[in-house]
Parts: sequence; C-alpha cells; structure tokens
Amino acid sequence: MIPIIGLAVGVLAGLLLDPSVPLWLQPYLPIAVVAALDAVFGGVRARFDGIFDAKVFVVSFVSNVVVAALIVFLGDQLGVGAQLSTAVVVVLGIRIFANAAAIRRHLFRA
Amino acid sequence: MTGRGPDAGGPDAGGPDVGGPAPGEPGPADPAAVDPVESADVPADDAREEGARKERARKERAPEESPPVVAVRRHREPLAAALIGVLTLLLGFAFAVQVRSTDDDQALAGSREEDLIRILDDLTGREDRLRLQISEQRSALAQLNGTGGQSAEALDEARRRAETLGILNGTLAAEGPGLEMTIGDPAGRVTAAVVVKVLQELRAAGAETMQVDDVRVGASTAVTGTPGDLELDGRPVSAPYVFRVIGSPETMATAMNIPNGVARTVRLRDGTIEVVQSDHVVVDALRVLERPQYAEPTDGD
Repeated sequence: MIPIIGLAVGVLAGLLLDPSVPLWLQPYLPIAVVAALDAVFGGVRARFDGIFDAKVFVVSFVSNVVVAALIVFLGDQLGVGAQLSTAVVVVLGIRIFANAAAIRRHLFRA
Repeated sequence: MTGRGPDAGGPDAGGPDVGGPAPGEPGPADPAAVDPVESADVPADDAREEGARKERARKERAPEESPPVVAVRRHREPLAAALIGVLTLLLGFAFAVQVRSTDDDQALAGSREEDLIRILDDLTGREDRLRLQISEQRSALAQLNGTGGQSAEALDEARRRAETLGILNGTLAAEGPGLEMTIGDPAGRVTAAVVVKVLQELRAAGAETMQVDDVRVGASTAVTGTPGDLELDGRPVSAPYVFRVIGSPETMATAMNIPNGVARTVRLRDGTIEVVQSDHVVVDALRVLERPQYAEPTDGD
C-alpha cells in the first residue's frame, strides 16, 4: 500500500511541480528510473513469492539505481555512453519482463 | 535446553534419542503429557511430571522469547516502510519529471555529443529534403503561372481572332466609321452583276464588313436574280438598295466615284446613287455560318 501511495504522490508531485532536470542529471535520470522500475518489479514479485524483505528491497533499489547510473557515467567517460546506456536498458528490460512474467503467473496462474 | 537433559535421561529415552525432539515438542512424552497439561497440578509419575514441567517451561519461555522478535519487527517496520515510501515516491517523481522533460525540446540540452550529432545529421538531411521539395514546388508554381499567363494570353488572342473573324464573316454585329450608300433602281435595270461590282469595289477600297438592306455580306455571299428582283444569299432585297459599309469613309467614297467606276455604271443604268460618309455606321445584320462540308483545318499552325 505504501509503495502505491508513494508512487502516486511522486507522480503527482512531478507533474504538478514540473521541475527542470539539472543538466548533469539528464543522461542518468532515465536509466535510474528504469533501474528503479526493475527493483520495484522485483519487489512485487518477491511479495507474491512470499519472500519479500524490506531491507533487500531498499538495498536492491538503491544499488540498482546507483550501479545503472554509474555504468552510464563510466560509459560517458569512455565515449561509449550511448551504447552502454542501451545495454543497461536492454538488460533491465529483460529483467523487468522476467519479473512481470513471474507476477503474471502468480496473478493469473498462467 | 534446560528441559532437554532430564528428558534424555528419562525412562522413556531408550528409543528416540537420535534427532531428539524440538524443545517445545515433547515427542515420546506427548501422549502422557496431554493430560497433565490440562490438570497440570496432579503429577502421576516421573514422565508425566516431566512432560508437564516442560510444557510449563514452554509456556513461560514463550512470553520471554516473543517480545524481542516483535520489538525488532516493530522497530524495523516503520523505518523500512518509510524508506520504501520515500524510494517509491522518488521513483514516481523522477518518472514524471523524466516523462515531462522528454516532451520538451530541452531534452537536447542534456543529450550526448554523438546523439546531438545524429540529431543534427537527421535535421540536416530533412532540411535538404525540404529544400529540394521547396525548389520543386517553386518551379512547379512558376511553370503553372507561366502556362496560366500563356493560356490567358492565348485565350485573349483567340477571342480577338474570333471577334475579327466574326466581323469578317458576318456572325457579329459591328459598328464604326464608314459609308451609307443608297442605290435607287427606278428603271429596274440594276443587275446582279452591278451589285457584285459594287461589293467588289467596296472590298477593294478596304470595306471590312457590310450589309445590303438586311442581308449581311460575307465571303460566300452570292447575288442572284433578275433586276428588280435580286436576291442576296437567297434572301430577296429590293430597291433602293441600302449599303451600310464599315471601312475608311474617304477611301470608299473615292472608290465609288472614280471615273468609269460604280457610280457611273449605276447611272448608266438609270439608277441613282447617293453616298453619305458617316462616323458611325452600324452593321447589325447577321449571317449564319455553315460548317464547311469538305474543308478541314490543317495542323499547319
């Protein structure tokens, strides 16, 4: 319940406040969002599997975001930022799909 | 663990000592222990008392053991919940912000160099294509304008030619300076040949179009009949013959009066001729053109 409320409040705040993303954050924000989405999907799946642990969720959330941003940052420094961010998005996308499939199995038994 | 020692050394311990029962679950003593639990204060023998004690110990221990677990969970839960709430709030916030900023053109400001180069390339290509389109459209427009002007001009020219031809053919009424000439034939001796001679003289003098009485004279006009009963194009005309001619009045008047000309011919036949120059002659009799039966226009010009 708390996560749903948090998401809703966050989206509302973002839409209402409409802040401008600082320049240095702009390449990393989308990657961080995707990484956080991955963590959220993983958390939902864990909840359905009955092995949800708040600590694991928080740590995985933060570390996912940080690692994803770090990879992209490193890629930028190496001059392959675009490719690396694509790679990160692909990997996270695959994980999100896998988690979504597990959630689907729990929800629909199929 | 305190209850374990006596249990193992008890009289029933012969069988199930391997993998001993959990502290809370009295294995072999279980059937015996059921009763003492309910009437715990009436010990029957050793084993029963032991079971009852163990049960009591478990009951005592449970209140001791549970509070720390609950305390830890109660202590961690708000923190974790708050953290989760903050994180998901951040996620939602970042999501919304990112979605918003993706809509903006400002997204370019944070783009990478290679992305910008690609975007620039795309834009340049698009610009080239659009420029090409513009020039094509421009030339098409110019062409259309040109043909439009040309066709308008051609239309005007055709209209002018049609008017000219209409006047010459007698399909259009005309007005302008010219002559009004009346040829009287009291003696009835003005023949068709005389009338033809008059028409030819007038044409030679530059008559552009004319009519005799109410009959327009055209290229194919024929004068037939006997004197006093003449016909132009099959339509009867009667004396006095009134010629209305458009052309140069002086030239035609002179042409009528030249020696051995029309005037003399008419007078020789006892006719009268009266030539009046006018600045405004109306020739309003019309001819109906027949479509040529044999001649067809060539593609020459």
